[in-house]
Amino acid sequence: MSIAITTQFICFTVLSLVVIIGALGVVLLESIVYSAFLLGGVFMSVAGLYLLLNASFVAAAQVLVYVGAVNVLIIFAIMLVNKKEDLKPIDDIKSRRVISTSICLTLLSLLIRVDLTNVWSLSSPQNSIGEESTIRIGEHLFSDYLLPFEVASVLLLMAMIGAIVLARRDVMSKDISTGLPVDQELIEKSSEPLLTNKN
Amino acid sequence: MEYGLDLEYSFNEFLKGFGLSSEIAHIIWLPLPMLLVLVAAVVGVLVTVWLERKISAAAQQRIGPEYAGALGVLQPIADGLKLLVKEDIIPAKADGVLFTAGPILVLVPVILSWLIVPFGQNLLISNVGIGIFLWIALSSIQPIGLLMSGYASNNKYSLLGGLRAAAQSISYEIPLALSVLAIVLMTNSLSTVDIVNQQSGAGILSWNIWRQPVGFIVFWICALAECERLPFDLPEAEEELVAGYQTEYAGMKFALFYLGSYINLILSALLVSILYLGGWGFPIPVELIAKFLNLPINAPFIQVFTASIGIVMTVLKAYLLVFIAILLRWTTPRVRIDQLLDLGWKFLLPISLANLLITAGLKLAFPQFFGG
Repeated sequence: MSIAITTQFICFTVLSLVVIIGALGVVLLESIVYSAFLLGGVFMSVAGLYLLLNASFVAAAQVLVYVGAVNVLIIFAIMLVNKKEDLKPIDDIKSRRVISTSICLTLLSLLIRVDLTNVWSLSSPQNSIGEESTIRIGEHLFSDYLLPFEVASVLLLMAMIGAIVLARRDVMSKDISTGLPVDQELIEKSSEPLLTNKN
Repeated sequence: MEYGLDLEYSFNEFLKGFGLSSEIAHIIWLPLPMLLVLVAAVVGVLVTVWLERKISAAAQQRIGPEYAGALGVLQPIADGLKLLVKEDIIPAKADGVLFTAGPILVLVPVILSWLIVPFGQNLLISNVGIGIFLWIALSSIQPIGLLMSGYASNNKYSLLGGLRAAAQSISYEIPLALSVLAIVLMTNSLSTVDIVNQQSGAGILSWNIWRQPVGFIVFWICALAECERLPFDLPEAEEELVAGYQTEYAGMKFALFYLGSYINLILSALLVSILYLGGWGFPIPVELIAKFLNLPINAPFIQVFTASIGIVMTVLKAYLLVFIAILLRWTTPRVRIDQLLDLGWKFLLPISLANLLITAGLKLAFPQFFGG
């Protein structure tokens, strides 16, 4: 075995272990903050796996989008509402756990089946494009994948408008759940005047 | 390698002369440029710290450090040694693991980004195809480290500082990436080497700053904001937040933050000089001078000379920008957090978008000036 292949094998083993253990930690850890940080680690290791597959552009995009944007926003949100309070115990927690486990196992079996039936070996390894992949991705995005690309951006736009509507409460005059008129005061505004009026 | 010094090739050939296989020669070669760049980055930090002390002193009509070495040049080393031997304190109620991992996560991406900084045609660690995009991706990891240390300190000032840092770097990353994108559009490549070569045609006249003046200003503002330099040092605003996410840190962990912020400043200055100021290019193309003096461009002596000029030019341009950043720090007041976010989202983002669109239009209209 040459040095390059050995290095690749070691990297692959370490990255896979980090992905699996990290993902288990994300699901099983009690502390939500640890879960969020571990999720970042999992995203990073997935980017590392992309790098091993010679897909450097996808790896960098993975880091930029998932670690730099999604994960930071998740952690940001957790820290903004970081109240130390015990969550209300759910009554039918056992049946819920059974259902979610069975769904996950079904998905896992589906993935295993894909893994076993698919032919993974490339016809010729010379076909890998390596550094040129950025150009190829760009070409595909603006030709045969143009419609999915645009549809995805419309989806993101819809999500953004939805978030703005939810965040700006003055858009709606009534609370959706209770039907009561919405308090349209600013959250930051103090209920008592900070300075006494001297006129 | 058709042009320029190729130290790696010569080094490998040299080792092969001793009967080593090319793989072993490659492994012996690999750590050398990394070590060199690490040392260069740390020395750069020492120089910048000294400059900061001296220039701030001059701005405030003081003398500044003067006893440690001539003109106080040893002062930053004294600072570093002090931090090195200080006690490593982890507050009792802090989260030890995250508290330690935070500074590391801040420093490592910054140092990794030096991978793509070219000091000459072949004088960089790795000419990766995704080049400048790698830096944008890596710099987006930093806020996680800041949030982590802010949270782990178990201190409200730290948490607020961490949150501010994350908000700030998310907002300023977008105009930053858009202004880089305009350059990439003109270059047809993400590689930093290609970006510099595209500016090397007519010396100072072909630098990107003339074709991308708006992009240059947007990039510089965003780079300062990403480095958390004044006027954008909201995350560690002393009057409001003690020292932001660094409040609970001492000793070497604090030094990691300190190093990280200065290495980031130098890196940003280097990248501005690469993207907009012609990188290693001399204001008058070296090839023209060689031709004028009737010197063969491929002679080893000329090659070494050109490479040294390239390194000197890169460092000179970067330190000119560092000087401007330091002057800005000591002469401008801090902006408020709402002004900061307004500037990022309502001013820089539309401007950089318009800049990108105009660049694309100009590229179609004048392909010979804006890269065909």
